[in-house]
Amino acid sequence: MTWTLPRRALLGTLAASLAAPTTLRAQGAARLLVVGGGFGGASAASFARRAYPWLDVTLVEPKTRFVTCPYGNLVIGGLRQITDISHGYERLAARGVRVVHDWASGIDPLAKTVRLAGGQTLGYDRLILSPGIGLRWGALEGYDEAASEVLPHAWVPGDGAQTLLLRRQLEAMPDGGVVGLAIPPNPFRCPPGPYERISMIASYLKQHKPRSKILALDAKDAFSKQGLFQDAWAALYPGMIEWVPASRDGRVVRVDPGARVLETEFGTKHSVAVANVIPPQSAARIAIDAGLADASGWVPVNTSTFESRVAPGIHVVGDANIPGPMPKSGYIANSTARQAVASAAALLRGEAPSAAVYYNTCYSHVGAEYGISVVGIFRPNAEGSAIVEVPNSGGVSPRGDLPEQRRLEALYADAWYESITKDMFA
Amino acid sequence: MPIRATLAALLIAAAAPALAQPAPAPLAAESCLGCHGPQGAGMAPIAGLAGRDQAELLAALVAFRSDARPGTIMGRVARGFTEAELAAIAAHFGR
Repeated sequence: MTWTLPRRALLGTLAASLAAPTTLRAQGAARLLVVGGGFGGASAASFARRAYPWLDVTLVEPKTRFVTCPYGNLVIGGLRQITDISHGYERLAARGVRVVHDWASGIDPLAKTVRLAGGQTLGYDRLILSPGIGLRWGALEGYDEAASEVLPHAWVPGDGAQTLLLRRQLEAMPDGGVVGLAIPPNPFRCPPGPYERISMIASYLKQHKPRSKILALDAKDAFSKQGLFQDAWAALYPGMIEWVPASRDGRVVRVDPGARVLETEFGTKHSVAVANVIPPQSAARIAIDAGLADASGWVPVNTSTFESRVAPGIHVVGDANIPGPMPKSGYIANSTARQAVASAAALLRGEAPSAAVYYNTCYSHVGAEYGISVVGIFRPNAEGSAIVEVPNSGGVSPRGDLPEQRRLEALYADAWYESITKDMFA
Repeated sequence: MPIRATLAALLIAAAAPALAQPAPAPLAAESCLGCHGPQGAGMAPIAGLAGRDQAELLAALVAFRSDARPGTIMGRVARGFTEAELAAIAAHFGR
């Protein structure tokens, strides 16, 4: 262990530690402030308490219950309740994380402080910023916050209201209705998410409203695990799902909430019974207001420490950053949060951050006892200029008629959810 | 006692509470926790890793890596890590 404190400060610290060892940590411990209590932030706070007990850890999160994006599609399909995917911060608090339920309204990177809406200002030595995404209201003409009360996005769960709104609309829809989805261009949160959602809606419709259809209007020509999803749709829900890529006029540019119409690039107007509009996205507002995002709307970061490229001392994890080839997924948020915390801890002690390896597994449920996955292991390249996937590793589940593989992956998906949420919140 | 040695002794004493904590797992081993449960104790039906024979764990990981052992996702996973990382993972969870 190397310490870089000047001798005078060292002597002072030692004198204090000899006189009052119990107060040293509270008064002199390095302050790790975590903003955002989702997959990036809760993982960071949890890992910091477990691995670096000498850090003073504060977590700022406005909500007292966190509703996960993962497994939200199972709530929409009627296979889970919203309470099954809601988690509290009590256990983190019991483990010594100071949990502040307030809204972080601004960051001063020079003063190293975060302002809270409640009026308080918190100082930090290192900041882990995991603010999530912002929905780009107005990027689709006619789609603003008010429109989302009619045409739910259900993509930022908040207190779960959006997820439940989409569920209720599906329940109220008569048999034979068309469920329309507007799917955004890359990059966006959870690349396989819209297609798992299509699958879970189809699962519900097949059982309860079998004459209904799903019209998936996509701003892209290809998507995550595409072959596996389309194989499953043909096998489980034949004739029910129409996926329209951008090259066949799938890109929605305008919506009419009153008439429930989705209008595409070349002027085709699709009138639907229920519409799920997943709009284009950016990093959450606080990151943009602090000047951390580039012209893309996302935050460039160091490939090893996840420190902002423009603001030293601020590590940006979760869906707000630019993760190179890695997906904006819960597991990547969890994995990069550990690396960011380990890097912050090392830098606070004057040590070099350890070598990075990032890990992802994303499972998708496509039907009862039918799961598929994508795995990715990533590292910074030798120059540290980019993150690259490890060659010959990872990839998607094998295609073909493999019922045991699909059954096991559905079970493993459930176990993944239990494991990772315990890692974050227990 | 020269002041330099005294300082070193005090420094060790001051740092001792931190050193007494278990060392953080290698970050490669932390990758496993998202599926294999807290401390790698398992999350049924996903197998536990903690407390298993270290040599057997390493042999299983190496076999997944070379496709000698069939797996649902573990072949895809193990090929992402170096043999040194797999050994560190086995050493961390195994006994």
